[in-house]
Amino acid sequence: MDLTAINPVLLVASLMVAATPLLLAAIGELVVEKSGVLNLGVEGMMIVGAICGFAMAVESGSPMLGFAAAAAGGALLSLLFALLTQVALANQVASGLALTLFGLGLSALLGQGYVGVKPPPSPRLDLPGLSDLPVVGPILFGHDPILYLGVVLTACVWVMLKFTRAGLILRAVGESHDAAHALGYPVVRIRILAIMFGGACAGLGGAYISLIRVPQWTEGMTAGIGWIALALVVFASWKPWRALLGAYLFGGVTVMQLNLQAAGVAIPVEYLAMSPYLVTILVLVILSADRSGAPAALGRIFHASN
Amino acid sequence: MIVLEKRPEPSRGWSLATPVVAVVATMIFGGIVFGLLGTNPVAAIATIFWEPLFGEFAFYYRPQLLVKGAPLVLIAIGLSLGFRAGIWNIGAEGQYIVGALSGAAIGLAFYPAEGWYIFPLMVAGGALGGWAWAMIPGLLKVRFGTNEILVSLMLVYVAEQLLASMSLGLLKNPEGFGFPGSRNLQQYPSAHNAELIAGTGMHWGVATAMIAVILAYVLLNRHMLGYQIRLTGEAPRAARFAGVRPGRLILFCLGVSGALAGLAGLFEVSGPAGQVSIDFNVGYGFTAIIVAFLGRLHPVGILLAGLLMALTYIGGEIAQSSLGLPASAIQVFQGMLLFFLLALDVLTNYRIRLVQRERS
Repeated sequence: MDLTAINPVLLVASLMVAATPLLLAAIGELVVEKSGVLNLGVEGMMIVGAICGFAMAVESGSPMLGFAAAAAGGALLSLLFALLTQVALANQVASGLALTLFGLGLSALLGQGYVGVKPPPSPRLDLPGLSDLPVVGPILFGHDPILYLGVVLTACVWVMLKFTRAGLILRAVGESHDAAHALGYPVVRIRILAIMFGGACAGLGGAYISLIRVPQWTEGMTAGIGWIALALVVFASWKPWRALLGAYLFGGVTVMQLNLQAAGVAIPVEYLAMSPYLVTILVLVILSADRSGAPAALGRIFHASN
Repeated sequence: MIVLEKRPEPSRGWSLATPVVAVVATMIFGGIVFGLLGTNPVAAIATIFWEPLFGEFAFYYRPQLLVKGAPLVLIAIGLSLGFRAGIWNIGAEGQYIVGALSGAAIGLAFYPAEGWYIFPLMVAGGALGGWAWAMIPGLLKVRFGTNEILVSLMLVYVAEQLLASMSLGLLKNPEGFGFPGSRNLQQYPSAHNAELIAGTGMHWGVATAMIAVILAYVLLNRHMLGYQIRLTGEAPRAARFAGVRPGRLILFCLGVSGALAGLAGLFEVSGPAGQVSIDFNVGYGFTAIIVAFLGRLHPVGILLAGLLMALTYIGGEIAQSSLGLPASAIQVFQGMLLFFLLALDVLTNYRIRLVQRERS
């Protein structure tokens, strides 16, 4: 065992990379849940985003076009969920599960020809001087643009929910759809938009895994990250900055266990690989007592005649 | 303008018709997808639904129907109890793995002793293993209010790692020349879940699935507990006033579904699969969710839905080898079926009406 091989600067830098897919998906889902909809299909939307982004990036040679395609793919798939739950008034838990099962199959189908292909590399931020600084450089100024987008998106969502009229309406819809409806707000339309935003974010997160973090395409490569993102929203008690904190925490656990595997710690690899999931359960247990932040209408079906 | 109008009571006709309509719609849209993949859609649908039952090699495929259907029905019956009460155990895949591991471990511990008592002990071990794995989300939900959906799902990934660790370590065949995987239980008569009638595919798992269907039917229709399950699902507040204790109901529903999933895993590992290996689980725990909904959460419906889903598995394999249809196409097909089912369900509770838009 050689723990000195673990470089703390690289650890923090790779922690941020590992956290970004989680953060993107969680921020999207946070907005969806704030509007009163529980979309359990995050895993499905992420994996579809992962393959859409991967395929587009390989075909066009541009990773940024890939990310755009991933967001579109995720949003398109989430539209299916929106149709089911908002128009056909189906159970949200079941529809979310359906979305995940369907997404996993669809992505495997779309990705057949892309196994073993290398995606084009993504550009990194390179600020002369700043990126070359010893510790701060690789941590703060040496990443790809999508990582920064994740942080910016968190800030935007925070501002939107807390300080804008649009955010107030979104939260009103999530707290009491009947009251919002009575005030004349288009509940269904707002929710569909929120669901599509969540889908686009999940798609981006998925593409971040296949294009930057891994980077290659394998079936089922999201390996539960979408579900962890769902847990993260509970962890964050529906507050954007806490989602960022949580994502970095989970990113840290993931990166740490990978580093320990590489360093040859005496614990078997399988038990180290369990740790992110076990930590998720532990965190859920600790934080479940506080449900004060949960939108009151979360998961309830809205029908205007009621 | 199209308007949905709530029916005073759910329509019985539509409730029975939606699964059939959903299957037909899935065949049509699935056919389109197969067509886009460059396969003749009619041939693909015929291969999936006709070939296993009445084709040239049906004598081989018909027993497979029971072999593949039994775990699906067994798991789905357990899940349906919870789904009815609004308790969402979606980690059946994990309970299936842990049931198989604990049952197989008991059998392997006795190797090479022979005795009639070994297989029953394994069955008990399998049920207990699945039950215990489901008790984790159950107890956490009752004690801490933790979301059972997320916890049970996280435990699937934990169980998969446990399976890998076991088949590479503790349960590895000492005479296996270093290959991963346990001893083959099919070659150990006392632990082998053999066919009860040779050549029919009928093994103990199939028998247990039948018994589970009957017991679930009796429970839901003739027993107080079944009534409480249904009441909790339809009117949770009323159930509280009627004296239903939610904690006990949660533990019961999760426990039963875990035990049944564990049993399914045990019957699979000691019979058709034969050994503990890294790729032992093939997603029955997730497909069973579709089976439960397709069967309208009704025991008899689940029995039929399980057989239909087994048919798509077998037909899908045939289509893979004879038409070159990719394996994931069947997964898409199954997912699509759940979509149509959920979408069409609106017709059970609502009526579609065309209304003239009011002039203002």
